[in-house]
Amino acid sequence: MAVEQTDAQLVSRCRQGDPEAWNEFVERFSRYVFAICSRGFRLAEPDAEDVFQEVFARAFERLADLRSDDAVRPWLAQLTRRLCIDKLRLLARDTPSDADPDEREVDDVLAALDDAMTVRAALDKVGDPCREILDRFFCRDESYRTIGDVLDMPAGTVASRISRCLDKVRSELDGRSRGSRPS
Amino acid sequence: MREMNGFDEERIGRLLRLLPPAPEGWVRAAQELPAARAALDELVARAEQDSAFRLQLQADLERAVADAGYEPSPFIVSRLRRLLKAV
Repeated sequence: MAVEQTDAQLVSRCRQGDPEAWNEFVERFSRYVFAICSRGFRLAEPDAEDVFQEVFARAFERLADLRSDDAVRPWLAQLTRRLCIDKLRLLARDTPSDADPDEREVDDVLAALDDAMTVRAALDKVGDPCREILDRFFCRDESYRTIGDVLDMPAGTVASRISRCLDKVRSELDGRSRGSRPS
Repeated sequence: MREMNGFDEERIGRLLRLLPPAPEGWVRAAQELPAARAALDELVARAEQDSAFRLQLQADLERAVADAGYEPSPFIVSRLRRLLKAV
């Protein structure tokens, strides 16, 4: 089973200037920031890219100011949210429209993305080959056949593997939930 | 499908779909930030000390960055433009 670092451990390594840690940091949170820009605020690709780069630039510059290393995910969400709103307001100056999105709708998307990140963390904990199979099927939208070709297994086997892997992730989530319950 | 602590298999699949990978180029550019930052620090320090270089930057920023031996990536160019206002 893969040993995954907590967000706090990763942030701490980034602060110490570990060059690999920053790569891992971007890898870990890139989907989250991307999803907030594209799903939460429905930014067009070039605008989403501007915000995405700005988020990581500011995160790199201000990681030292983070009060609690554990809070990096909500901190990034807040930063991304603010920059998306700034971008929308800037765009509205050129093309007048209702710049600010529906706050409640954005909150709902962000809450779902938070749950998705929790699932993603459990998937990372389960590790490969489940991580790869589930990532290809759910996140990259690849067919059984494509996955079978890449991983050298019959397409029919892919479906049962997906089911088994989902069960492993569910067990991991179940264990986490039990572990976080007050005794 | 079993429902446990709010995460049954169907919901897990649905949530995973919410997080497709960001475009590779975006991720790579963000990962290169520390190196870009080091380049920026050096370029700004040089602009502060060398008025000829500062003039080159003002005349043609991208070319001056390239002549100084750095890749004039959009990130470096935009940040440098902002930083030079303070020099």
